[in-house]
Amino acid sequence: MNIHLNGRPGDAATVAEAVAAVTEAPRGIAVALNGEVVPRSEWDRPLQDGDTVEVLTATQGG
Amino acid sequence: MHHTDGLRIADKTFTSRLILGTGGAANHVQLADAITASGTELVTVALRRVNPDAPSLLDVIDKCGVDLLPNTAGCFTAEQAVRTAKLAREAFGTDWIKLEVIGDEDTLLPDPVELLDAAETLVAEGFTVLPYTSDDPVLARRLEDAGCAAVMPLAAPIGTGLGVRNPHNLALICDNATVPVICDAGIGTASDAALAMELGCSAVLLATAVTRAADPALMAAAMRDAVTAGRAARLAGRIPKRHLAKASSSFEGMADL
Repeated sequence: MNIHLNGRPGDAATVAEAVAAVTEAPRGIAVALNGEVVPRSEWDRPLQDGDTVEVLTATQGG
Repeated sequence: MHHTDGLRIADKTFTSRLILGTGGAANHVQLADAITASGTELVTVALRRVNPDAPSLLDVIDKCGVDLLPNTAGCFTAEQAVRTAKLAREAFGTDWIKLEVIGDEDTLLPDPVELLDAAETLVAEGFTVLPYTSDDPVLARRLEDAGCAAVMPLAAPIGTGLGVRNPHNLALICDNATVPVICDAGIGTASDAALAMELGCSAVLLATAVTRAADPALMAAAMRDAVTAGRAARLAGRIPKRHLAKASSSFEGMADL
């Protein structure tokens, strides 16, 4: 599926595939699919063309 | 200082009354040194897109043995902030959130309407909400009434280092609040942090003052001491201010010279 992955064009069939494309970190990751949080237990969810996936983690911030 | 003088926020008790923001540190080594020197037990982080080339901030925080407080920095609407809080809960397994809803790009001042809206939603969703707010006693009360676990009024706008701009408002908030008041943002140097504590704040949250200091670890230690000193002075009860002198040496028994 052609998706928007962290602001860039990406290609992934599931949420888990999208995550794997940007990070190998085993923890501290959250995923938003079209703005809504996807719990880790549902990362096998299939993606649709045009989906927006954001893969987020902790960065320095006040 | 009494060993029993712990800071209680929601279900957690802290020995340190200093909360350190991690923003602005030049690198993770400097950050870890500052965290250690500050004696803090709680540090804030932001939630951003994964950068595969960046070392793990969570590893640094774990190594320091401190708790993590995610924030909603960068959010301009209640909806954005609520979504960010839910993502942070998913990423870090904590329902604690430093709620930040900004209303203006230049001053980074909070948007009070969106802030209260987001706070109400997040409390209803079971979050432990610590809102970054302006130094408005009425808004602080509204946030407390909404069920926030603390209120976090600014000393001055984020990153300005201007110190406590409105000590009267900060004192009013402290006098009226029944939840901890954490002075958040605008601290420039140690005396600013001490003043916030003397005015009655339960804790101080700062980042830039330490992370962008010439020697972050040394400033972190200074902030640790300032917060401790300010708290002690508050508990000790300062003398009233007077216009005229009051001799500390008695005139009784003065010699005729």
